[in-house]
Amino acid sequence: MNSPIRRLSAIAAALFFCLLVSSSWIQFAAAKKINDLPDNKRTLLASYNRERGSILVGGEAIARSVATDGELKWDRRYPMAQLYSHVTGYYSYVYGAGGGIEGAEDELLSGRSDKLFYRRVSDLLTGKDPVGASLELTINPAAQTAADRGLGTQRGAVVALDPKTGAILAMVSHPAYDPAELSSHDIGAVEKAWPRLLKDEGDPLINRSIAGDLYPPGSTFKLVTAAAALESGTYTQNSTVPGPATLQLPGVAAPLANHDRAPCGPNDKTTLIHALEISCNTAFASLGMQLGAEALREQAGKFGFGQTLTVPMRATASSVPANMNEPNTAQAAIGQYDVRTTPLQMAMVAAAIGNGGEVMKPYLVRRVLGSQLQTIDEATPERLSEAVSTSTARQLTTMMKDVVTSGTGTAAQIAGVDVAGKTGTAQHAKGAAPHAWFVSFAPAADPKVAVAVVVEDGGNAGSEASGGAVAGPIAKSVMEAVLNS
Amino acid sequence: MSVVTSLRPRRGRNVELLLLLFAVAIITLAYATVEASANGAWPANLATQVGGVLAIAVVFHLVLRWTASYADPLLLPIATLLNGLGLVMIHRLDIAKGNELGEGMALRQLTWSALGVAIAIGVLLWLRDHRTLRRYTFLAGTAGVVLLLLPLFPFIGREINGARIWIGLGPFSFQPGEIAKIVLAVFFAGYLVRTRDVLSIAGPRVLGMQFPRGRDLGPILLMWAISLAVLFWQKDLGSALLFFGLFVAMLYVATERVGWIAIGLLLAAGGAVIAFRLFGHVQTRVLLWLHTFSPEAVAQSDQLAKGLMGMASGGLLGTGLGQGRPYITYFAESDFIIASFGEELGLVGLMAILILYVLLAERGFRIAVGVRDGFGKLLAAGLAFSLTLQCFVVVGGVTRVIPLTGLTMPFLSSGGSSLLANWTLVALLLRISDQARQPVLDTADSGPVPAAVGGR
Repeated sequence: MNSPIRRLSAIAAALFFCLLVSSSWIQFAAAKKINDLPDNKRTLLASYNRERGSILVGGEAIARSVATDGELKWDRRYPMAQLYSHVTGYYSYVYGAGGGIEGAEDELLSGRSDKLFYRRVSDLLTGKDPVGASLELTINPAAQTAADRGLGTQRGAVVALDPKTGAILAMVSHPAYDPAELSSHDIGAVEKAWPRLLKDEGDPLINRSIAGDLYPPGSTFKLVTAAAALESGTYTQNSTVPGPATLQLPGVAAPLANHDRAPCGPNDKTTLIHALEISCNTAFASLGMQLGAEALREQAGKFGFGQTLTVPMRATASSVPANMNEPNTAQAAIGQYDVRTTPLQMAMVAAAIGNGGEVMKPYLVRRVLGSQLQTIDEATPERLSEAVSTSTARQLTTMMKDVVTSGTGTAAQIAGVDVAGKTGTAQHAKGAAPHAWFVSFAPAADPKVAVAVVVEDGGNAGSEASGGAVAGPIAKSVMEAVLNS
Repeated sequence: MSVVTSLRPRRGRNVELLLLLFAVAIITLAYATVEASANGAWPANLATQVGGVLAIAVVFHLVLRWTASYADPLLLPIATLLNGLGLVMIHRLDIAKGNELGEGMALRQLTWSALGVAIAIGVLLWLRDHRTLRRYTFLAGTAGVVLLLLPLFPFIGREINGARIWIGLGPFSFQPGEIAKIVLAVFFAGYLVRTRDVLSIAGPRVLGMQFPRGRDLGPILLMWAISLAVLFWQKDLGSALLFFGLFVAMLYVATERVGWIAIGLLLAAGGAVIAFRLFGHVQTRVLLWLHTFSPEAVAQSDQLAKGLMGMASGGLLGTGLGQGRPYITYFAESDFIIASFGEELGLVGLMAILILYVLLAERGFRIAVGVRDGFGKLLAAGLAFSLTLQCFVVVGGVTRVIPLTGLTMPFLSSGGSSLLANWTLVALLLRISDQARQPVLDTADSGPVPAAVGGR
């Protein structure tokens, strides 16, 4: 019986070997994946054991950890609560880290990131309590405040960018919320606040500037159509284009009309520059049909449409639908039909035009800082794509300057500064007031800031709203804030 | 004369004592670490507690010197170490639950450990020759079946956490399946040693493998049916697997026919399919096994997910004893104690513990090879394999090699029946090893002293 016993003992050894392999898999190979699972209570609890890094704006903490005596050793505080709610997000014992930088850069803030590996090892050796990394953001506090005040009680969003680097200078979404409500150690209160915020019909937890249901861009999309026309080589800013009061679309009963139902120029004709200045629907609709759906989509793609960006939060991709027929293309060319965009994307369009045609990748974290505020990592501006040629960018700038000096965007004028802008008044549902849009950059010749503003349902102005009147002043105050700081 | 002295077979008792001291030292260190991390100080009563554990171990050691002086020197130290580590972890979980030393699970476990050791000593004193057990073959068989069925009887049977494998007598509850494991190993050994000649008669040859005759399939089919019955009525996947696997392995050892293993695997696969089709609880287990972290699985039970998260958080080196959060997982002190060790001692510590089990099992097989009688061989191999299979079913369930089943980890898990059974198992192995390693005394005092068997 000895040989089967020996074989049985080999089988036993093989069974044990399986266990060694499986436990190695769990505790070594797959450990990181398991630790990063969203519902992992241990990872969350462990993160409360160590001082979480701060989130800094202009040298001040907008999120920081304060030591407590409780079981959770650190309490998260948001000194400017509502102003930065969609930038910071929340850090909740119950619901995890999410809603902004807290979620997107959790690994750095909690100190789990591989980027901090050498620091962790040295902390281990020197016996220091490990600390998460702090993050310095690109936000300009004055611009953020201006955007927040400008929106006031209106729903909508503002994004401001540095056109040359892609640094995000302001990111505001209204309605906002107080992240402290979700980050409190009072579990009962947190568990009441969460469903209330989720059910709130204003959707305060959604960051409208980069996510949510997205918006039709309305006339601000004419910038993309104009860019496609100029890039095609057949048009210049002074080319004559048709501009009747109404435009019959093939196969559609109701004609497409200008908002004032008047022709855009004598003999139903106008120039491209004038068409943009007064936001002539019929001119851009026929231009769209002339260029074709593919040319529009391609141009939009060069500006960043169709790309999901991480800023580091995930920004939903803006989109121009594929396989459009002629009437759909005409509607899309004026930013209607199913064109959907984030305010961030429209800010990128304005920024690219101001930056000589180059789209810079937007980012929110300027520097990663260690416990002694020494720099661990610094963001380097990254080029995303070339949207248009320099000459197209120059012509678009001239056209956008005209919008602000003598067109629909006069509300955004700043004394002594050339502002380039474009208004938008986007129909989105029958009977609902239109969304008011404004995108711009300044100074036109050497821009320091590009802005996109959207105010939902016309804001306080309701159905009387127009992009210039409602969104224009907000864009102006944000640009001024950047230029004055 | 000096030549004869040098040939004196090594009994290994001094090695055993040394290893025992080493085991108690490790337990002491672990206990002190837990206390230090909970209270920030070494425990004041460390000396008395360590003294108590040491005393129990040394008494056992002395009994071995007296009644089984050739017994394998590794079994007792390994069992002591595992039992002690289990106690430390259970005590550590007591602290996390806010239980004082006097009222927690650890004290109960300590009582059961002492009782287990006492019973093991009793077995060694009563059973001077393991072959005596062969006389009780059919008594053991009957007892095994009765023990298995006890939980199904009204009044004493209890269903705890969905498995009807407990019996309750007043405040005590007991898992008779643990004892049944040993009693059935005795029965299988006695039965197979009688019938092995018949069962190994060659039958048809299929795929180059010699299969037994069709008429000899009765016992394995019966065992298969009993295992399925256990699975169906007691909802106990682990025990069903353990009993059937044990029987097939012992059948193979007795008959030396690989065909039996093939038939066993086939029947097990068939049983698995039937069980999966018919029993909802088996389907749930499979869902939890394959898609542990999916929302559907977590909605059923997040125990396995939490155990895995605990092990992952331990990583290579662990959080350190008393520093992790094993208490987040349910049954961290019993079914999931392996995950608790993985979390706090890391992969390194967990591997060390698994190696201890490997040593224990492989010593068992070595004893089986060394002992001379067929009954002893079968019993030792069966006991060693049952230990292996139980470890595989428990740790494999926790680490997602197989679906999770409810068995205890020998010596580590909290639970009295498990401790009693496993100490008895070690006592039986010690008794058999005493004979396996004894020099053969063919003639009274003439001729050279033969070399020790298995004494290396």
